[in-house]
Amino acid sequence: MHRRQLISELKSFLPTESILDDAEDMKPFECDGLSVYKQLPMVVVLPETIEEVQRIMRLCFVHKVPVVARGAGTGLSGGALPHEHGLLLSLAKFRRILNIDVDNAMATVQPGVRNLAISEAASGHNLYYAPDPSSQIACTIGGNVAENSGGVHCLKYGLTVHNILMLKVVTMEGELLTIGSETLDSPGYDLLALMTGSEGMLGVIVEVTVKLLAKPERAQVVLAAFDDVALAGEAVGSIIAAGIIPAGLEMMDKLAIQAAEDFAHAGYPRDAQAILLCELDGTNAEVSEYILAVRGILTRSGATEVRTASDEAERQLFWKGRKSAFPAVGRISPDYYCMDGTIPRRQLSHVLKQISAWSAEYKLPVANVFHAGDGNLHPLILFDANKPGELARTEEFGRRILELCVEVGGTITGEHGVGMEKIDQMCVQFKSIELAQFHAIKAAFDPSGLLNPGKAVPTLHRCAEFGAMHIHHGKLAHSELERF
Amino acid sequence: MDQSDISSALQQRVLHALENKTQLTIKAGGSKAFLGQRVEGEAIEVSQHRGIIEYDPRELVITARSGTPLSEIEDALAKSNQMLAFEPPHFGEHATLGGTIACALSGPRRPYSGSARDFVLGCKLLNGRGEIASFGGQVMKNVAGYDVSRLVTGAQGTLGIQLEISLKVLPRPAASITVSHECSEPGAIASMCGLLSKPYPVDGACYDGERCHVRISGSAQAVKEARKKIPGDVMNDAKSFWQNLREHELPYFHHKSRLYRIAVKPATKPLHIDGLWLLDWGGAQRWLYSDEDIATIRHQVALAGGHVTIFRGGDDEIFQPLPSAMMALHQRLKSSFDPANIFNRGRLYANL
Repeated sequence: MHRRQLISELKSFLPTESILDDAEDMKPFECDGLSVYKQLPMVVVLPETIEEVQRIMRLCFVHKVPVVARGAGTGLSGGALPHEHGLLLSLAKFRRILNIDVDNAMATVQPGVRNLAISEAASGHNLYYAPDPSSQIACTIGGNVAENSGGVHCLKYGLTVHNILMLKVVTMEGELLTIGSETLDSPGYDLLALMTGSEGMLGVIVEVTVKLLAKPERAQVVLAAFDDVALAGEAVGSIIAAGIIPAGLEMMDKLAIQAAEDFAHAGYPRDAQAILLCELDGTNAEVSEYILAVRGILTRSGATEVRTASDEAERQLFWKGRKSAFPAVGRISPDYYCMDGTIPRRQLSHVLKQISAWSAEYKLPVANVFHAGDGNLHPLILFDANKPGELARTEEFGRRILELCVEVGGTITGEHGVGMEKIDQMCVQFKSIELAQFHAIKAAFDPSGLLNPGKAVPTLHRCAEFGAMHIHHGKLAHSELERF
Repeated sequence: MDQSDISSALQQRVLHALENKTQLTIKAGGSKAFLGQRVEGEAIEVSQHRGIIEYDPRELVITARSGTPLSEIEDALAKSNQMLAFEPPHFGEHATLGGTIACALSGPRRPYSGSARDFVLGCKLLNGRGEIASFGGQVMKNVAGYDVSRLVTGAQGTLGIQLEISLKVLPRPAASITVSHECSEPGAIASMCGLLSKPYPVDGACYDGERCHVRISGSAQAVKEARKKIPGDVMNDAKSFWQNLREHELPYFHHKSRLYRIAVKPATKPLHIDGLWLLDWGGAQRWLYSDEDIATIRHQVALAGGHVTIFRGGDDEIFQPLPSAMMALHQRLKSSFDPANIFNRGRLYANL
């Protein structure tokens, strides 16, 4: 459809200020948190009501205009990258918390509500929303659902999929569907699970009902230093084997520790090869009991130092260091590339050794930040995009890390999503049968393929080309995989 | 423990059915055959596809073939002091892992620990084209591709035969006690819902018509501490109470008439439907023996925002009917997995 005609039809039912069609106005929407990919859309719209979203979708459906939905744009895989010939649907104006239902411990919110704002609103009732991606100050719940966001407390409290009850979704045809329910399950297929993490490929989320949890009476964090990364990895397994599920269990390697320490002055031991942050929460006595147990395990696991935060301020400081690891690394390098693979924990030592060997081979330093409790690894590759060829080398290095994750029984993305970024690695993770099934599911929701086209699931053709390219360069991590 | 992989035989059977346009009824232990509408078709027997494939307690993950007896899995976990935290009901000694996940049933711990689908990490699925595909994996955080393994959970076999399933497991709580006190139904609902905003490690709450029972499980200290704050007397035979609740073996469940399962928001006030009630899941799952007709019950429950399953004694419309747009979407999804509609046709809904 012609751009001008689309805009004029949009103007027939949307206020002028809800339509951005000037290149300069659209610029803030050209990328998400993965800014190596940039693209201006045909037009940006910022509707305010579900009815407006439905009309926009109907219009795009009739005129076969691709639609990319967007929340706060903090995603790290290019999932909200605009489509050149498409409409960018921003849910930024859906900012209202519709209901906090204390008796039933749930909240109904619009998709543009920030993750942290839900917990803040529920706080007076002693409730909170558990998933806490590190971007929680800025990221919105709609995007959290689309990406099935995690955070540092997933091991105990689960991902987004475990913490939502109901969605209202507008289909590509403009139909409003209710998925899930306010009860703990709903009749028919579990479409709530299917929608969660579907990266805007199946429908546009216009309302979310989340589960709220009681705030723990107390949280405490233990910091342990190790002079060997492998020992730190072992300690993680030992804590879990002892029957303790920490609220958070994070690991950082030397480069990440130093960057974070310089940035946040968290009191991390700068000379350690690895640190573990183990957070325990619950009732007062329960936390005391677990701290004793965890300190014992860490000491027996060979920690060179074990420190319990002396007060709430120090606990916050320990976390500040961890949560600022990404910007901290950003300070010591012109650019960094954040990877997001998950591995079975027992493979940690093997994977870190391999990453370290590749780091030397590619002459690119890597800082490792690791949600150790659930095996989610975030290697940050340091590079300089202004140096010719360095981005390409970084991307190749990153691809090899993800392929290694698959090889050891893990996955190419733990919480950041596939988006544009990992579309080729999907060919490594899945066979053609599975990819075909994904396309068939997509078609059941969006037969015209207009929702976020080209993201999340590669075409079989693309995978065939990717496979051929890889074999040509002889870089395929495991040649026994079926190729097509 | 038996190990036997019959996936290629099952695959051949599906391909054969596809060629001959025969319908298949997926069968294993048969313990949950009552839950669902009658299915026409030749039985395809999955019980022989069994065995735990991988279990590493330090990873908190178990992977097993679908025909593995549920009790075998629970025994293996118990040896490492771990458990299936959704406390699945067996409803018979032959319950299998596959049937448990296909029916997505969860026990009393569900509102506090999560449901069957919450613990599913991955599966290997034999679809209606006779293809074997793997979805999800054996790690807890995994957002590559659509979440097919959770979609298939609770689909009652209509999307394919699950061959292998990976589940997250959890440590067993070090200590557990149950406190109970006599109260009215509204009183029980208020006290069970009040606990939702308290930090105590509650993992079961039930009102049996006379008394409200609250199970507290966790570290020894946590249980001791919470005991002081939750009213009631300590129950002596708590373990068997929760076991009998989970397995529908409490005296309440001895009635022979129709048993309805009613899912509502936990704080929903007592519903005015004549019959015998028992409230589990802190009020979110309510059981009802009633002579009222199903249309009346469904109407009343819908007004409260809930839904109704004819859990035992039903023949048709066992599950809450879906709105037409939703049914159409279900049909398209079903056909994306099973285009010839050979698996468990009609078990969930007559036209699915």
